[in-house]
Amino acid sequence: MITAEAMIENVTSQPKTLLQPQWAEITNITPEAEGISTYWLKFQNQIEQEAYRFEPGQFNMLYLPGFGESAISVSSDPEDQQKIGHTIRFVGNVTRAVSRLKVGDVVGVRGPFGTYWPMKQMEGKDVFIACGGIGLPPLRPAIYHIIRNREKYGKVTLLYGARTSSDLMFPHEYEKWRKAGIDVEVTVDRGDANWNGRVGVVPMWFYQFRLDHRKVNILTCGPEIMIRFVIFEAMARRIPSESIYVSLERNMKCGQGSCGHCQMGPYFICKDGPVFRFDELQSFFNVEEF
Amino acid sequence: MPNDILPEIGSTITIQKPAFNSILAHLKEDGYLPIGPRVKNESLVYETIDNLEDLPQGYSTVQKPGYFRLIHTGHTRYFDITHGAHSWKQFLFPSRLELFTLHKNHAGWYDTTQQAETPRYAFIGVRACELAAIHIQDNIFMRADFTDPVYRARRDRAVIISVNCTHPAETCFCTSMGTGPRVKNGFDLNLTELDDVFVLTIGSDLARKLLTSVPFEDARGYALNNVEHKIEHAEQQIRRTLDTKDLPELILDNLDNPYWNEIGKRCLSCANCTQVCPTCFCWDAVDTMSLDGQETKRERVWDSCFNPGYSYQAGGNTRPTIYSRYRQWLSHKLGTWKQQYGTLGCVGCGRCITWCPAEIDLTEEIVNLRNEVRR
Repeated sequence: MITAEAMIENVTSQPKTLLQPQWAEITNITPEAEGISTYWLKFQNQIEQEAYRFEPGQFNMLYLPGFGESAISVSSDPEDQQKIGHTIRFVGNVTRAVSRLKVGDVVGVRGPFGTYWPMKQMEGKDVFIACGGIGLPPLRPAIYHIIRNREKYGKVTLLYGARTSSDLMFPHEYEKWRKAGIDVEVTVDRGDANWNGRVGVVPMWFYQFRLDHRKVNILTCGPEIMIRFVIFEAMARRIPSESIYVSLERNMKCGQGSCGHCQMGPYFICKDGPVFRFDELQSFFNVEEF
Repeated sequence: MPNDILPEIGSTITIQKPAFNSILAHLKEDGYLPIGPRVKNESLVYETIDNLEDLPQGYSTVQKPGYFRLIHTGHTRYFDITHGAHSWKQFLFPSRLELFTLHKNHAGWYDTTQQAETPRYAFIGVRACELAAIHIQDNIFMRADFTDPVYRARRDRAVIISVNCTHPAETCFCTSMGTGPRVKNGFDLNLTELDDVFVLTIGSDLARKLLTSVPFEDARGYALNNVEHKIEHAEQQIRRTLDTKDLPELILDNLDNPYWNEIGKRCLSCANCTQVCPTCFCWDAVDTMSLDGQETKRERVWDSCFNPGYSYQAGGNTRPTIYSRYRQWLSHKLGTWKQQYGTLGCVGCGRCITWCPAEIDLTEEIVNLRNEVRR
């Protein structure tokens, strides 16, 4: 028999070994689009829940015993200390197993890990967020932060694209964000009967925005091919690479710069990233299969 | 006659070879597990040893790209062999290690791990290149911002008895990497084998105590000169070189050189080089679940940047081709490693050359790349 005390001791103890997770319960599941849902988690241990803090852009390692871990960025409001949201697309071994979980089920959590969007450094500047598909969830905490501190930032634009209108993340929130002073512009790769907005990939619409290269910061996350062209468009507008921030993705096993999998050149994406200032990557970003 | 006085730290002494068995006995009394080179299945392994007789006395090795043979030459020395495929990393960073076991109940998962006691190893016969490799892995697993608890526990408890390498193999290039053949620091006891005696340098208080009731003499001119002579001779024997003065730039400035494709055509992506490399540190975590789904065991296993699954992620494989995996390995080992940890990731032990079934020799590939770049 495992007593309640033993359970609590189990979750509060410091990690004795590698990869030891804390346990969290799924309190709610929000379907976002076909094959994508947001899982709201709460640590079983109250102290752990209250102590948990993350910065916009950071990620957790979610663990399903028997299946393994997956690096998932936190997509919820960093000020909300009651629940932690992870927006997950069901594509791999672990995430497909996540899709079978129900409210009340328990998952392991380690984190938060990694670098974050430069919310402080961007104060007083314009912010241009260019993201695609599942690249919006890691930026949503940054959007919440900007809304809460709207007066600290200049012009704020979100240019977001998805494959079709039914693949758009968080569509019910766009009106709220617009009212809070963010210019939300949405595009889809393929139009359909339900859509009368923009059609075309994200980088294609850059020309519609007057970006002041002296004061704009670009934040980008999404498919690597989109990131490449967003950077191309930004550089073409004389925006310095020091003002461009990208969030990258690699296979990760530890989150602590130890297992080696997520290396890109000298960086461990899990600890030196996932958010990089582009000038840090520029020398090898275009090397094939690097 | 047993001495009542113990040698001072930093002093150099000589002992008769059979007296080394008393040192091994002291280690075992103190709870250490002595590990040393042994002959097994016509190869050389690092396993537990009880006494001097377990060491490969009379053996030497012949090593070339893709070639390793033990030969019995009939001499009486114990440490004339050069390392085989094994390295000390398998003890500090085991190839397969259970991290924890979980059981499921109505409220979730709970930990039922049986905490195993951390072994106390005594490494016997650590060569200078291997000691340098241990120091490189110390930097990796015991970083200021993250310490691997498994590695640290094993490392803190380990005793190191190093040897000055007097018979390097043809694949060795430690002199180019500045790691050997002379042992400089980081040992408890450093040994040089002469024909008649062992010359020992005391590196720690622990080593001092190992000499309790072991008859010894202070090393005199003859022995010291002989040691110097042997090490100098070893240095001269090392002919293979790796010019490091344009590294890492040579690699990092030429990542898109077509020469990588040429290596990719020969490389089998078998991962041998990474498994025998004493500094390669990549690992994977795997779960093994019971059939009823009620229990799962989480293990850490060695991984390799040559494995196809290494860079697999939802968006596809980052390095689907063999050339890019070889480039990842070499550009890390002789390139980005320096940015990460302040040194190159190679100690010049030559294992990756000896154990490559395609006979790929990194020292030669660097020369070829340099020539390609100059063309």
